[in-house]
Amino acid sequence: MGMTEKPISMDAGEPSPRWEHFPHDADMGIRGIGHSKAEAFEQAALAMTAVTLDPDKIHPHLKRSFSCEAPDDELLLVDWLNALVCEMDTHKMAFSRFHVLLNNHHMEASAWGEPVDRGRHEPAAEVKGATYTELSVHQIPNGFWVAQCVVDV
Amino acid sequence: MDLSLLTPVSEHEWHILPTGQMRVPGIVYASEDLVRDMDHKVYEQITNVATLPGIVQASYAMPDAHWGYGFPIGGVAAFDADRGGVVSAGGVGFDISCGVRALYTGLQRKDIEPVKQELADILYRNVPAGVGSTGRLHLDTKGMHAMLSGGAQWAVKQGYGRPEDLNRIEEHGCMQGALPDCVSDQAKKRQQDEMGTLGSGNHYLEIQEVVETYHVPLPQQLGIQHGDILVSIHCGSRGLGHQIGTEFLKKMVMAACHYGISLPDRELACAPIDSPLGQEYLGAMRAAINCALANRQIVTHLVRQAFADILPHADLSLMYDVSHNTCKVEEHWIENQSRRLFVHRKGATRAFGPGHPDIPPDLQTIGQPVLIGGTMGTFSYLLVGTAESMKMAYGSACHGAGRSMSRHQATRRWKGGAVIEELAREGILIRSPSRRGVAEEAPGAYKDVTAVVDAAEAAQLARKVVKMRPLICIKG
Repeated sequence: MGMTEKPISMDAGEPSPRWEHFPHDADMGIRGIGHSKAEAFEQAALAMTAVTLDPDKIHPHLKRSFSCEAPDDELLLVDWLNALVCEMDTHKMAFSRFHVLLNNHHMEASAWGEPVDRGRHEPAAEVKGATYTELSVHQIPNGFWVAQCVVDV
Repeated sequence: MDLSLLTPVSEHEWHILPTGQMRVPGIVYASEDLVRDMDHKVYEQITNVATLPGIVQASYAMPDAHWGYGFPIGGVAAFDADRGGVVSAGGVGFDISCGVRALYTGLQRKDIEPVKQELADILYRNVPAGVGSTGRLHLDTKGMHAMLSGGAQWAVKQGYGRPEDLNRIEEHGCMQGALPDCVSDQAKKRQQDEMGTLGSGNHYLEIQEVVETYHVPLPQQLGIQHGDILVSIHCGSRGLGHQIGTEFLKKMVMAACHYGISLPDRELACAPIDSPLGQEYLGAMRAAINCALANRQIVTHLVRQAFADILPHADLSLMYDVSHNTCKVEEHWIENQSRRLFVHRKGATRAFGPGHPDIPPDLQTIGQPVLIGGTMGTFSYLLVGTAESMKMAYGSACHGAGRSMSRHQATRRWKGGAVIEELAREGILIRSPSRRGVAEEAPGAYKDVTAVVDAAEAAQLARKVVKMRPLICIKG
């Protein structure tokens, strides 16, 4: 896993799931890549966490549950990310572990994290929300799934 | 942007002739260099906005236009409800009524320098900033409703600020037509501990020195002279605004088919002004404007308290408070007829010219102050709106320079600690909970705000009054 600003390679995939950032003027593109759509959603959530702080510094003590439904995968991704943003902002939480279950366009998910510790986590800019810009949930030739969008910072 | 796509009308006005689904032309106010520097996405977004139902005259872009969501940041467009016009959550954005306010202090640099470190430290302690920060005020249900209805007027009644502050805020500090019941419980929960907080990213609290004056006697008419110390506060509607933007973008996207609206871009999500959804959004958006006005009012109170501790002879009176990211109902002359329009300013500032009834009486002959923020290491500017601007883009101007590189690139090029040290050597004290945040906001990561402001003046959107340089910057 790691941060990169290169467009995702469509031909050669890494063997393990990962997250990426890609450039967008004032804000940040986030991308999750996984064996399955659900795993791509999990990695996208990690990518969003990494916009603000280092996921490796978060202790995943506390569990929160989420449920979303949308007409298609892409709107579902945005709903999932925005549900996380709302929880993070409302309760000043940071999450580093995610488990997503998808059933058609319905999603149940869990996230594990802890309250933001400004000294230890040193958070940078907060995510205001996930947008529909560069929004895509698709499968690439090597069979991996990609879930991405731009988040407003 | 490929200049061959535009028709130059003058050195600072470029037209995009209507093609395809465009109902009106696009008009860009900028120098050739700034236009050339704009991403092609800006062209796409200007032309997409021009396709929306009920749009009047043109889809406008300010000199600082850059790639946004649906609308370009620096985009202005007005819609007529009587002609099927729409209101767009994408045309307002997530940070509803993000804006800037400037305060006088009655001080000069010689007053600040002996206590600069202490002043920076107390401002940093007093004004919550950054991710995870909370305000001192917790709003219960009744308080939330009152705040969303009353805005800065509510804040003053609660003891945050002075009654005369309201004379120098758009809408006299309270946006009429706010409907707190149209704001979700989720949005209210997000906000209940965030009143009086700066936020993060490009938000800031700055102590600035006036280093240049223009168009004498304009500065004097505004009570400013060279060497004066001003305070500038840049923040918005915090979590509440963000949540409203999120929720209504989705509702409008889902409802687009029902209203027969073809969206070239989902981020242009909109609804007919006169539809239940359009009215619901307007009610919630106006409540968020009040939230932003109340938030900046509370922050002002906290800043005054800090100054009172260190520099008790300072008098921090409010010069003006401007908002970006709004949709407001305004009367404008279109082809010799007064029309009631819903004017969207996305990352653009209202800039009404002299004589406009919405400008405070004592500023009528001058024009509305326009505050353009720079970075933590570069200049900010105060301008005033012009009579010409009223005919150009509904009395609008830019709001700041956009980024020249992504946040990630900025963190690769600069380390926050080094930026802080470098700026300290230049006499600028930075206080921030996040070194990475400082790196992301490094001065070099932004375009040249002076070029943007010069273009705004050359295009006659606004006139420069003074240039300010930061001395202290509190960042989230």
